[in-house]
Amino acid sequence: MEYETVIGLEVHLQLNTATKLFCGCSTKFGAPPNSQTCPVCLGLPGVLPVLNERVLDWGIRVALAFNGEVAPLMKFDRKQYFYPDLPKNFQISQYDKPLAQHGFLEIAVDGQIKRIGIHRIHLEEDAGKLLHDAHQTASFVDFNRTGIPLLEIVSEPDLRSSDEAYQYLVGLKAVVQYLEVSTCNMEEGSLRCDTNVSLRPRGSTPLGSKVEVKNLNSFRAVKLALEYEAKRQAALLERGERIPQETRLWDAKAQRTESMRSKEGAADYRYFPEPDLVPFTINRELVARVQRELPELPAQRAARVQASYQLSTYDAQVLTQARVLADLFEGAVRAGAKAKPIANWIMGDLLAYLNTKHLEPEDVKLRPEWLAHLVELIDQGAISGKMAKDIFLQMVECLVDPLQLVEESGLRQIVDAAALERIAEAVIQANPKSVEAYRNGKTNALTHLMGQAMKQSQGKVHPQQMNETLKRKLEEVAR
Amino acid sequence: MPSGSLVALTIHELRGLLEAKQVSVDEIMQDLLAALERLNPQLHAYIAVDAVRLRAQLKERSGASAGPLFGIPITIKDNICVAGEETACGSKMLAGFRPPYDATVIERLRRAGAWLIPRANMDEFAFGSSTENSAFGVTRNPWAVDRVPGGSSGGSACAVAADLAVAALGSDTGGSIRQPAAFCGVVGLKPTYGRVSRYGLVAFASSLDQIGPITKDVTDCALVLSVIAGHDARDSTSAPVAVADYVSAMRTPVKGLRIGIPKEYVVEGIDPEVRSAIDQAITVFERLGVACTRVSLPRTSFAVATYYVIATAEASSNLARYDGVQYGFRASGNGSLMDMYVNTRTEGFGAEPKRRILLGTYVLSHGYYDAYYLKALKVRTLIKQDFDEAFGQCDVILTPTAPTPAFRIGEKLHDPLQMYLSDIFTISANLAGVPALSLPCGFSKDGLPIGMQLLAAPFKEDVLLRTAYAYEQATEWHLRTPALSAKGGSASGGSVQPSAISPKSKQDKLKADS
Repeated sequence: MEYETVIGLEVHLQLNTATKLFCGCSTKFGAPPNSQTCPVCLGLPGVLPVLNERVLDWGIRVALAFNGEVAPLMKFDRKQYFYPDLPKNFQISQYDKPLAQHGFLEIAVDGQIKRIGIHRIHLEEDAGKLLHDAHQTASFVDFNRTGIPLLEIVSEPDLRSSDEAYQYLVGLKAVVQYLEVSTCNMEEGSLRCDTNVSLRPRGSTPLGSKVEVKNLNSFRAVKLALEYEAKRQAALLERGERIPQETRLWDAKAQRTESMRSKEGAADYRYFPEPDLVPFTINRELVARVQRELPELPAQRAARVQASYQLSTYDAQVLTQARVLADLFEGAVRAGAKAKPIANWIMGDLLAYLNTKHLEPEDVKLRPEWLAHLVELIDQGAISGKMAKDIFLQMVECLVDPLQLVEESGLRQIVDAAALERIAEAVIQANPKSVEAYRNGKTNALTHLMGQAMKQSQGKVHPQQMNETLKRKLEEVAR
Repeated sequence: MPSGSLVALTIHELRGLLEAKQVSVDEIMQDLLAALERLNPQLHAYIAVDAVRLRAQLKERSGASAGPLFGIPITIKDNICVAGEETACGSKMLAGFRPPYDATVIERLRRAGAWLIPRANMDEFAFGSSTENSAFGVTRNPWAVDRVPGGSSGGSACAVAADLAVAALGSDTGGSIRQPAAFCGVVGLKPTYGRVSRYGLVAFASSLDQIGPITKDVTDCALVLSVIAGHDARDSTSAPVAVADYVSAMRTPVKGLRIGIPKEYVVEGIDPEVRSAIDQAITVFERLGVACTRVSLPRTSFAVATYYVIATAEASSNLARYDGVQYGFRASGNGSLMDMYVNTRTEGFGAEPKRRILLGTYVLSHGYYDAYYLKALKVRTLIKQDFDEAFGQCDVILTPTAPTPAFRIGEKLHDPLQMYLSDIFTISANLAGVPALSLPCGFSKDGLPIGMQLLAAPFKEDVLLRTAYAYEQATEWHLRTPALSAKGGSASGGSVQPSAISPKSKQDKLKADS
């Protein structure tokens, strides 16, 4: 039988605010364990949470960017479970009144735009991190992450393949990065993703039983895990077995999912309204202001970039997917370079480089004017195409301006007409035999003279222009 | 020297003497420590007092600027965080726990020049009405040592009554300030929810808890409230409502005020002596030109049940953090994570916390939430409406604080329902969030104090204090002192007046000091 895969994604997004959700501690990543804590985020007896105002603003920003309806009321609830990384043994979250509902994100599927529903977006506090030391019998807790604001973005089960899921994540990340509210770094955990996946016979409507897959550390892992799950579940169904509703973990090494807990083991979170935070009305003027101040989003930018720079739809989309790439492109064009070659460098060499090195666009801090300089140098003929590739690599790896590279290493080609003429004259004077041979119609004499010119200039003459200059000078001498 | 103990004086009396330089802060400290040494072993109002530490702190703060409570010792219930001082909530679970921060009320008391005397005894995590549930021993009633002082702020009330404290802070979730104040014959105020910051009060039931003063008279109550009340940015539930000058407001005559007597508060099981004390109080008010009328709070009978759903639900959540991971008690042994949780909570909590955690966990469980917790929230709204309507007809509601005077130690310990019913008159104020004050209004023939409760509309503490002050001025109940007190005891009334501290007695003290 042919099956249809039904996928829903839950994305946890750390908001990049300066301070935590309910206290004044820093949210900076990578500080020594427990150095960014206070009585409030440690959940000491007697402390109370106070909502970080910016989180509300940013939460609304995200909700609106995903076309969500912002709730009339801000209400928090306690989600209760025992775990050592949760100092109060409850997480302040939102249960029945999420910040926003009924949003969507559009992705491109086979050249068509597909609308993926966003079921809800809610705010909650992050938990700490457990550190396990293989050589000790104890575990340790780092509470630096505890209380960092998280937005949970839950999609509708509208995704039908691992590719669509991948596209959705890329699109979601792009929007969030445009909003500048999260670093979206999966390695640092500022973006995390859990998936729900089920199968049903193609053409049927009821949903099959749902399997949740966790421990996905990259978009690639999401894709692989979903592919694996779809195959695993299809095989079970083919054998006439039922799919148990459960939570499974992705094992990146073994490239498979493994059962973690069944539905029967699911916790009763005993949600109830957080009594320490009084619900309040979300000011409609605030929502209107955030809406007005929304920055240009990826889809809008793609349309604008395509029109302004006469690019193909595809090019415009690739260039605007990541905000840093779009900024790089437009910056370089503003710095005076032509659009098409800049687009080609970004979409060709730069993306290939990022791909092979497994880097994200924001990992390479290129200045737009550097890319403009590179293209200018090529245009002027100051460097050859082959040299440009080397210079590009150096630029990306050492973060230097190609102009500086060319000057310092003396790589710049000699294109100045007077200089070329001086070299040609000197070569002609020093090689009367070759000149004679050339006059007698032996064209390979020119090759010899070119070789001499190259030697004399330590290879810096622009080959084509040198060639032309030599020819012209030889003709002059012949007359 | 007991007859001259400075701790027997009120804040306003001591302030006069301190300002006139007739007594020094050192002398107050001497008297306090002397009284503690003599009486605390018997009464156990304090869990522990570190005399060396107190003396050292007094020296350190000698340069502190004068504030409205300059030089006044204020006793602190064991559930209010004082930076660096053990704060254990009467529980083995938090034994040895020293918070790294001050509660907002503590900060405000310090700023006002007060010095702090931790740790008044209490029922474990404020769960109880008798202070018998403390992991650190029972507190006794200074009027009759075989009786309870009430609870959960029993240590605070006992200390103030027995002159082991000038004034104290307690906390009130269902009557924990007012009921012990009534049992010990002192004044106790539970402010409007949101009037006093809860930041640094170890949470029992977050939507019901309030910190408030327990004092020797109404004036002191107004003085302490003026210092601790007010909006606090660290408590989202604290109200941005201006703080009145309670001491001036208190002196406004009461003529023309309307007092309502809720007919539902004449319940079965109410002690006849309590009833007659309340009837006499009504007569006093009428004499003062206050109109007393019947009002109705029709949902009163649902209050105790509603309270025990909401309070235990919140408590089960608030107490989840005591798990042995970060601070406080951790059971020994090298088991699994689950073993650590189970053993820590089994050994660390007493019977009453366990009972309430189980109840609270149950009412929030999947499938029961709507029937219990959600239903209770709805009833709570109705109880609030009862008060809104009643306060349309009167300014102050008058009830007994408790149905009986102090009961015997052990009498209700094994009958939790009977124990819960001793809060029947006080619980509604917490559910409705309204302010309520208890003050002495008589004595039983056994010589036990009887308290009356006054309630007002939200943020009308000024009206409460004004009513209480007028009554206090017209009566002498507050002047009686228990046999077991630092000032010796005078069942017939008459406290040590400021004038009694003559320069001569001051010299006596200086001698005693050397």
